[in-house]
Amino acid sequence: MGQALHPVRATLTDGWALRAAVLVTVALGLVLPIAAGFWQTARAAAGVMPAIGFDALSLDPLRALVTAPGFGTALRLTVVTGLGATLLSVAVAVGACAVLHNRMGARAGGRLLTPFLAAPHAAMAIGLAFLLAPSGWIARALAPLVGFDRPPLWITVNDPFGLALIAGLMVKEIPFLLLVILSALSQLPVRQHLAAGRSLGYGRGIVWIKIILPQVWPLIRLPVMVVLAFSLSVVDMALILGPSNPPTLSVLLLRLFTAPDIGQMLPASAGALLQAVLVGLSFLLLLGGERLCRRIGRWWVRRGGRGHSAEPGLWALTVLAALLFGLGALAMLSLVVWSFAWRWTWPDLLPGSWSLRAWMSPGNGWAKALWNTVLLAAATTALSLALAIAWLEGEDRARRGRAGWAEALIYLPLLVPQIGFLFGLNVLFLTIGLTGGTLAVIWAQALFVFPYVMIALSDPWRALDPRLSRAAASLGAGPWRRLVAVKLPALLTPILTAAAIGVAVSVAQYLPTLFMGAGRVATLTTEAVTLSSSSDRRVTGVYATLQAALPFAAYALALLVPAVLHRNRRALLAGDPS
Amino acid sequence: MRLKPILAVLAALTASPALADWAETVEVARGQTVYWNAWGGDERTNAFIAWVGEQTQAQYGVSVEHVRLTDTAEAVTRVVSERAAGQDDNGSVDLIWINGPNFLAMKEQDLLFGPFVQDLPNIRHVDMSENTPATLDFTVPVEGMESPWRLARFVFIHDSARVETPPADMAAFVDWAASHPGRFTHPDPSNFMGATFLKQALIELAPDPYALLKPVSDMTFEAQTAPLWAWYDALRPNMWRAGQTFPENESIQQQLLNDGEIDIAMSFDPASAAANIAKGLLPESARVFVPVGGTIGNISFVAIPYNAANAEGAQVVANFLLDPAVQARMQNIEVMGSFSVLDPDLLDAEARAAFDALPSAPALPTLAELGSTLPEPHPSWMTRLTEEWAKRYTR
Repeated sequence: MGQALHPVRATLTDGWALRAAVLVTVALGLVLPIAAGFWQTARAAAGVMPAIGFDALSLDPLRALVTAPGFGTALRLTVVTGLGATLLSVAVAVGACAVLHNRMGARAGGRLLTPFLAAPHAAMAIGLAFLLAPSGWIARALAPLVGFDRPPLWITVNDPFGLALIAGLMVKEIPFLLLVILSALSQLPVRQHLAAGRSLGYGRGIVWIKIILPQVWPLIRLPVMVVLAFSLSVVDMALILGPSNPPTLSVLLLRLFTAPDIGQMLPASAGALLQAVLVGLSFLLLLGGERLCRRIGRWWVRRGGRGHSAEPGLWALTVLAALLFGLGALAMLSLVVWSFAWRWTWPDLLPGSWSLRAWMSPGNGWAKALWNTVLLAAATTALSLALAIAWLEGEDRARRGRAGWAEALIYLPLLVPQIGFLFGLNVLFLTIGLTGGTLAVIWAQALFVFPYVMIALSDPWRALDPRLSRAAASLGAGPWRRLVAVKLPALLTPILTAAAIGVAVSVAQYLPTLFMGAGRVATLTTEAVTLSSSSDRRVTGVYATLQAALPFAAYALALLVPAVLHRNRRALLAGDPS
Repeated sequence: MRLKPILAVLAALTASPALADWAETVEVARGQTVYWNAWGGDERTNAFIAWVGEQTQAQYGVSVEHVRLTDTAEAVTRVVSERAAGQDDNGSVDLIWINGPNFLAMKEQDLLFGPFVQDLPNIRHVDMSENTPATLDFTVPVEGMESPWRLARFVFIHDSARVETPPADMAAFVDWAASHPGRFTHPDPSNFMGATFLKQALIELAPDPYALLKPVSDMTFEAQTAPLWAWYDALRPNMWRAGQTFPENESIQQQLLNDGEIDIAMSFDPASAAANIAKGLLPESARVFVPVGGTIGNISFVAIPYNAANAEGAQVVANFLLDPAVQARMQNIEVMGSFSVLDPDLLDAEARAAFDALPSAPALPTLAELGSTLPEPHPSWMTRLTEEWAKRYTR
């Protein structure tokens, strides 16, 4: 026994070294660039951009932004669509969870959600635009019944209220929130709470709202903030589904950044800062709302009403969720159909003639974009996975949980609006000579891939039965051997799932790829968004199909590989390492 | 390999100075990869650019990477941020498909390489005498800083199966829209096609069209645009979606025409209707029409940023684009269908025969049908016009 002390002490120092290395990497690779990017943006916002002849501090950029035509409407649109999409998504996700939890297995649920998580925002938006338009699939299906000879004068996409954009965001965010809530629920004794509540005479829905939701909320608060920040600053979906005159703030900023008049970059920078402020304010609003709900909730719980009335509301939300899922599925299907179409005009429900031509010319771009996308996804996912494993192993070895600030650090890139620091970062990168290369894009994508990989891997990692590791240690295995021979194989399923999520996030990145790649690194997503401004839905269909297929393949592999490798390890196959 | 510079020097000693310079440019260009930043919204243009890259690779050892832009200003921004970062050489943009305000912005900021156009051997096929289309870009003197490559003419496209008599001139659009509410729109004026639509109307409606050729002033702007806004206010309520939303660009608008949501689209390429019918993107009944007074025309150019890493390769590509065989291929309706910038009088018989042998299509207008070409107003008009439009109609 005396000999065992030595390796234990070594483990402790080893753990600190690993932790320090990871922290330094994260600080240098993540916090510093974001701060530097914001600094550059702030300078430009304050009127300082020597390269184009502006070097005096002034409020002119801000003034130019505020007096830009339609600025007030753009701001209002951003707030309404961002907050609206987030609130509705949370409500629908919670309602659907309340109704479906225990009615559907977690694995079946996961499999159902996968295609929606895998489909990138841009592809989904393009499909939805075709589905919902006055000349789209839905209107074409109705045309013979209602007798439209021309597309009706509906305003169903690019509507001035941003409703189409809200719907589009919801189709993408609800699956994400469902996944997050399901994972949070697995940490709570839901069944016991439900049984206790119902034995006290509360309806199922009321138990959910009064007892389970308050416990779930702290676990999903950060993901909800991610959804909020994303919805307030989304570019690709807003370009395709949102109103255009004026557009949302983020699209307005992109227009300013790319305006022929170079001086517009200064008001654009001011707008980028404003967007960051907007996101910050909305976080405060969320936290304020949380406090208010806590007060009201306590009063409501103490009042003890046994109303059964929540159930219909929850069902309505579930039906809405099903409806949105149906829309999403049809949208993706329409893209696949378009990619095989040749001539397809109103009011045909299916293409008038079919062709493989869009698929038969990979040389025109999609082969290269696919290759770039695969390369970037592999590199960023590998990098993020390595860093995440190093971080988690560091925590294990140091025997310390994660501090609140560390958790916030991981989430940081997801909570700040991308456009706020990407432009400044672009300038910074050029200064240090890291221009428009694949490396810059890998790094910029990893900023957003790493948090998701980390979030996906943390819970399963902590849930790993510590006795496995201890048994290995007692057999004389050192820390590295325990990691490689015991932990990683036992965690294969969650690691591959995290990798699949990483691939999906990497494939979906639009702004980081565009800005950091100087437009030279063409991926399926950048090409799909560019092509969505062209008239050829057939080619767009090819890109969007590939764009959705790639993450889908990654998820499929994440299910298949453990099934094959662990075919004779039943406990590991269940996907639950504990 | 060492011999080659010596050969180049020898060539320089024997040939005329300009040709010697060109031989050297071609020599230095070998092995370079030209990053050509060009709008990527048209698959046929994309395919043509890919073909150009294959050819220059085979003939000059210069390969072309097409950087697909949603808006040409993206490339301008990129050069600006490179200058901001002090990257005065080895820039990431080698060649830009450019004209109008983007060209003016880069020229004014000294962001362009050149003058280089007079050194291109194939420029001899282009009419470069004073005040010809190839020497003025939106009335701004080109001064050798950009090289022409394709011709643009503003045209309307209508579906002849749904519209029997399209509006005869710009003024007639008001009545047409009133009797066909919701069936007409134009691209957002922040896009050049939307701005061109406004300019086309301005030229017809302005009390003194010649004032548009000079830089705009507050006084001329007010006087010349007053009839335009009256016309637009009458037109807008009967436009698609009550004139509250506009398609992002001409391609989206063309898609609306194919979807049957609108009856009239517009293009800067007279061949685009025929081309898009062939591509399956428009109904067979789509046809081109122009207002009786003629339409705006201009030339698309390619320019080289001041810090381009591969300026020699970019010049080789610019020169290749002016090769008569390349221009004839470009004008072929089955390839790209974009009108050539070459002057038929400056071509030899063989080159002229290549143009004469090009196939035709029912939706392809003849030059006679296109009527007269109106000059672009000074770029400052376009900027003021889009600003004023945004002020008036963006709420």
